[in-house]
Amino acid sequence: MQPVVRLRSAVCLLGRFPALAGVDLDVESGEVILLSGGNGAGKTTLLRLIAGLVRLHEGEAEVLGHDLAHDRSSHRHELAFVGHETFCYDDLTVRENLVFATRAAGADVAAADAALERVGLERSAGVTHARLSAGQRRRLALAVALSRDPRLLLLDEPHAGLDVEGRGVLDAVLQASASENRAVLVASHELDRTRALATREVVLTAGQATGTIVTATERSEGARRSNERPGGRRPGIPAGERVRPER
Amino acid sequence: MSLVREASLVAGKDLRIEARSRVTAEQILPFGLVVLLLFAFALDPDRGVLRDVAPGLFWVTVLLAALLAVSRSFAIEAANGARDGLRLSGLDPAAIFLGKAAAVAVELLALEAVLSVGVIVLFDVALGSIAPIVLGAFLATVGIAATGTLYGVLAASSGARETLVPVLLLPVVSPVLLAATRAWEAAIDDVPSESWPWIGLLAIFAVLYTSIGTLAFGSLLEEA
Repeated sequence: MQPVVRLRSAVCLLGRFPALAGVDLDVESGEVILLSGGNGAGKTTLLRLIAGLVRLHEGEAEVLGHDLAHDRSSHRHELAFVGHETFCYDDLTVRENLVFATRAAGADVAAADAALERVGLERSAGVTHARLSAGQRRRLALAVALSRDPRLLLLDEPHAGLDVEGRGVLDAVLQASASENRAVLVASHELDRTRALATREVVLTAGQATGTIVTATERSEGARRSNERPGGRRPGIPAGERVRPER
Repeated sequence: MSLVREASLVAGKDLRIEARSRVTAEQILPFGLVVLLLFAFALDPDRGVLRDVAPGLFWVTVLLAALLAVSRSFAIEAANGARDGLRLSGLDPAAIFLGKAAAVAVELLALEAVLSVGVIVLFDVALGSIAPIVLGAFLATVGIAATGTLYGVLAASSGARETLVPVLLLPVVSPVLLAATRAWEAAIDDVPSESWPWIGLLAIFAVLYTSIGTLAFGSLLEEA
């Protein structure tokens, strides 16, 4: 099956600075990938590259079957991006922002209401974006993303500002991604929480994917698949063990 | 979704934001009226001169107000990363251009209606032929809105933001200033036959810049 994301030696320059200095990455449908790494490691730039918001300078980048070297926009209707900012308008209400995004994506307005309910913002539907708390804004951004029913969901620090209930909503979204046949990339510093839900962790260091960590979720998933295979069980890989450098 | 429906969605969004924030009503409109008043103060000693130059003063005022309207149109996309949201929205860039230009045009037409009353009262102008005045105003407004939206996103993509808009826009829309002023002068003097060539020029300008904007806006938005 064709991967949802396929990067080979992807380089992205911000000015003259190589924010990504040759990243290799494959993401399959249904996978939840945790992108970890320190500040300035390139997590946000990697997500923005995949969304087509920044230019690929060298290497190959194929997302949802589209070659980003030649076309950065055609794949966007199949993805959703929750970034550091909400992409919403201060003077529109929660529901107006959501309906605008939903109708722009060509989806039914009912999808906006369903997303509103899913993130628990129904009671704030008539409140303008400017009056929302940071956590409510995060939920709205997540609702906008979910209302598009994307094949690829890109989440950049999605836990920031979320309360306990909001984190629960986010966990549920990540857990449902496999059954909804959705690939998810999450850049986060909430490592323990996200590792518990991720199928794989990719570590970025100075703009390079320096290693892949098989998470507990993937290990148990791999063990389940091995048990189903004729020939018996594959030896388990301890959670957190670095098993394969990406480059 | 069709181009027209997508453009309507964007225009509706921009107009709703303007209706709620009231920037046009509470800031841009008073600015236009103050400019007209300043012209009236400056030229008051000879009201005949004021009446003669009223069309030019009116369109200069509209152009200055248009700079604010265009800057405002892109300022709302700068907050909260909304411009990235537009890029990711799946909307056709041509529809985004047409929608934003339509919203600016509606705001300017409303502004012109009020400023026209100001010109009649302050400058003691009697309207001659109404049809060329209305048609000329409509076409000039479409041309200004299309050009402003195109150069607005160009300024946003340059990194200089709204400070670059006047430098880019005013020289380009000088044909609109000339043609609209001449068309209105002839109409006020009740010689409509002399208005039509200038109205033809306004139509060509409006079609030209609407077409260029429709084709080029996507590339410029990507760089913004």
